[in-house]
Amino acid sequence: MKGAVLILGASSPIGRGCAEAFGRRGHGLVLAGRDPEELEHVAGDLRLRHGVDAGLCRFDVCGAEALDVDPDILDGVVCVVGDMGDDPATLEGGEAARLVEANFAGPVRALSPLAAAFAARGRGFVVGVASVAGDRGRQSNFVYGSAKGGFALWLQGLRNRMTPAGVRVLTVKPGFTDTAMTWGRPGVFLAADPKAMGEWIADALEDGRDIVYLPGFWRWILLVIRGIPEGVFKQLRL
Amino acid sequence: MALPWKSERLSGWGRHPAAEARLLRPERYRDLERPEAACLARGLGRSYGDAAFDADGTVLSTARLDRMLAFDPATGLLEAEGGVRFDDILRTFLPRGWFLPVTPGTKFVTLGGALAADVHGKNHHVDGSLGRHAAWLELFTPGEGRLRCSPCEEAEAFHAALGGMGLTGTLGAAAIRLRPVESPAMVVRHAGAADLEALFRLLGQETAEEPYTVAWIDCLSRGARLGRGVFMAGRHAAKGELGAPGLEAAAVSGPRFPMPLDLPAIALNRATVGLFNAVYHWAQSRKSRPFLSGFDPFFYPLDAIRDWNRMYGKAGFVQYQCVLPQAAAFDGMKALLERIAASGQASFLAVLKRFGPGDPGPLSFPMEGFTLALDLPWRGEATARLLVDLDARVAADGGRVYLAKDAHLGPESFRAMYPRFGEWLAVKRRLDPEGRVQSSLSRRLRMAEDP
Repeated sequence: MKGAVLILGASSPIGRGCAEAFGRRGHGLVLAGRDPEELEHVAGDLRLRHGVDAGLCRFDVCGAEALDVDPDILDGVVCVVGDMGDDPATLEGGEAARLVEANFAGPVRALSPLAAAFAARGRGFVVGVASVAGDRGRQSNFVYGSAKGGFALWLQGLRNRMTPAGVRVLTVKPGFTDTAMTWGRPGVFLAADPKAMGEWIADALEDGRDIVYLPGFWRWILLVIRGIPEGVFKQLRL
Repeated sequence: MALPWKSERLSGWGRHPAAEARLLRPERYRDLERPEAACLARGLGRSYGDAAFDADGTVLSTARLDRMLAFDPATGLLEAEGGVRFDDILRTFLPRGWFLPVTPGTKFVTLGGALAADVHGKNHHVDGSLGRHAAWLELFTPGEGRLRCSPCEEAEAFHAALGGMGLTGTLGAAAIRLRPVESPAMVVRHAGAADLEALFRLLGQETAEEPYTVAWIDCLSRGARLGRGVFMAGRHAAKGELGAPGLEAAAVSGPRFPMPLDLPAIALNRATVGLFNAVYHWAQSRKSRPFLSGFDPFFYPLDAIRDWNRMYGKAGFVQYQCVLPQAAAFDGMKALLERIAASGQASFLAVLKRFGPGDPGPLSFPMEGFTLALDLPWRGEATARLLVDLDARVAADGGRVYLAKDAHLGPESFRAMYPRFGEWLAVKRRLDPEGRVQSSLSRRLRMAEDP
C-alpha cells in the first residue's frame, strides 16, 4: 500500500490534476485548501473514480494556523498554491506583500516542517509548483514572478540540503495552463490542460527529474528570454 | 475577482444556427453563486439547435464542474455535479455493475444537460424519462439562490427544471438512481418490417423482458413501402449469457473513427443515402435471432464516429423530433413521412419509437404515443418551409416537437404544443424574476412572455 500524498491547494485545477494523477497511481490523498465544500467535491470524485482514500485538511497559505497533518502517513507533498491577484505587477505595497506571502512566504512556511520531518525519517518528496514567470523579472508580472522565482530558489536550496537525507525535491515551472487565471486573457497561447499537467508532474517525479518546465517547450522559450542582455531587456515590453 | 470570460462562437450539435457569446467557465462549485454566473449553463453542447447558447449574451460552461460526489451501493444513488459526463459515469460504474437508468443516443452529454432536457431513451415506454430517476437537484437560481429541490421539497422547481432547458437556473448537482446490471453486454434482436404498419405492429408488441426498443425507418421508401424499416429490441445480458471473451473489454470504448473533414454538401444525396439505406435494411433485417452486442454499438452507434455532425458539411443540419399522441400516431406519422419523402431532403437517420405515459415536467417532451426523429441537412429556405409544414401537422395532431433538438419552432406553435407552459412560466418567474437566464431558444420562443 502506497502512502498518502498531501496536496496544498487541492481545489485549484492543477491541484486537482495532481490529486487525480497520484490517485490513479494508487496513493491516498490529503487535500488541503480553504474551501471545505470544494475539497469535499474533489475528494468524493477521487474516492469514486480511483477508489482511494481522500481526507481533507483546512489550510490557508496566508493564515497563521499550522497544517494539521501527520507527516508519518505521507509519502510526500505537492504544493500548488499560488495567486496572481488582479495585478501581478502591482505597486501597491500591501497587495504586493500579499502576493509575496501567497506565492513564496506561505508555501515556505508550510513546507519547511514537512521537509524537516521527511529528512528526519530519510524518505519522502517535496514537489513545488513555481512558474516560468519566476525566471526573469518582467514589467507585466514581476511581483508574482519574483515571489515564484524566490520559491524556485528556495526549492533549489532545499534539494541541495535534502538530497543526502534521501528526500526528493522537484521544481515545476508551468507555462500557460488552461485555468481561470488564463481563460480569455489576451496573449495566452498553447495553454496546457491542468489534468495533463498533473500527469506530467507525477511522471517527472517517477523519472527522478529535478527541475521541469511544463510543457517542455517552455524551457527553450525561457532560455531565449533569460539570454537577452539586461540593457536590451529593460527596453522591451514583455 | 469576477469570473473571467472568453468570447467563443457557439452552436448546437447541428452546427446551425451558431452565434458569438461570452463564455464563463467556473472552476469552483461556489462560483455558481456569483452574480455574474446568473446566466445560461452549457454542458457538452449536444442539444442540436439553439438551446445551449445565448447569442450576444453570456453562457456558463460546466466543463470544470464535473466531479462525482457520492455513491451508495445499497440503493444505486449517485450524487454528482452537473458537468459530469455520461461516458464518465459508465466508465466508472459499469465495471461495478451499474448502468444509467435512462440514456439518450450519445454518451457525450452532461448530467445537467440531460436533466435539463429531461432526456428519454429506448426504454421510455417502461421507465419514463431521466427525470423520473432523479432524487434531487441543486439549482443555482438568480431569484432564490441555491435551491435544493426534489419531488417532495420545492417540487414545482424540481419539475420545472426537468425539461426546462436550463432556464430555471444552473443545475449545480443532482442525484440519480443507477440501474444494476449483470454485465456490460446486451442481448439484441432485430426484425425487418416491409412497411409502416408492420413497424407499428412490432413496436406495439413490446414486452417488459426487452425494455429497450426502437425502430429505424428508411425515409426514402415511398408508396407501398413507405415506412420500411428495422425493429430493434434489447436487454442487458445476464452473467451466464456472456460467452464471447472480449465483450467485457469492448464494453467501454471511445470514438473509433474520426470524421476528419466537413463533407461537401453533394456527398449526401438521394443516390448515396438510398444505397446506404438499402444495404442497412438488408444487413440489419437478417439478425432476427438474438445476438450479443456491446452496450456501445447498441446505445451509442454514432459515438463511434467522432464529430459525425461534420457529415452534413459546413451548413450544418437540423434534427427534427416530434411525438404524436397514440390515437393520431399511425396516420400522422404516415403523413409526416410522405411529406418528408416528397421533399426529397435526404435523411440518413429516421428513428421511430414508442413512448409510455408522459412525464411530470410541464415542459417535458414525452407523451404517450410515438416519436419520430430524423436529420435534415440545412438547405436554407427549403428546409425552413418543410419544418413549418411539419410543425403545423404535428400541432394539429396534438403532438409536439422536442426542444432539445429544435432550431426553428415559432412561439405560437410552441404554445400550442406545450399547454402547460403557463404553469412552467410561473415557476420560472419566481426563480428568475429579472429574466437573467435566457437562451437563443427561449428568445426565439418568447418564453419570457405570457402564454
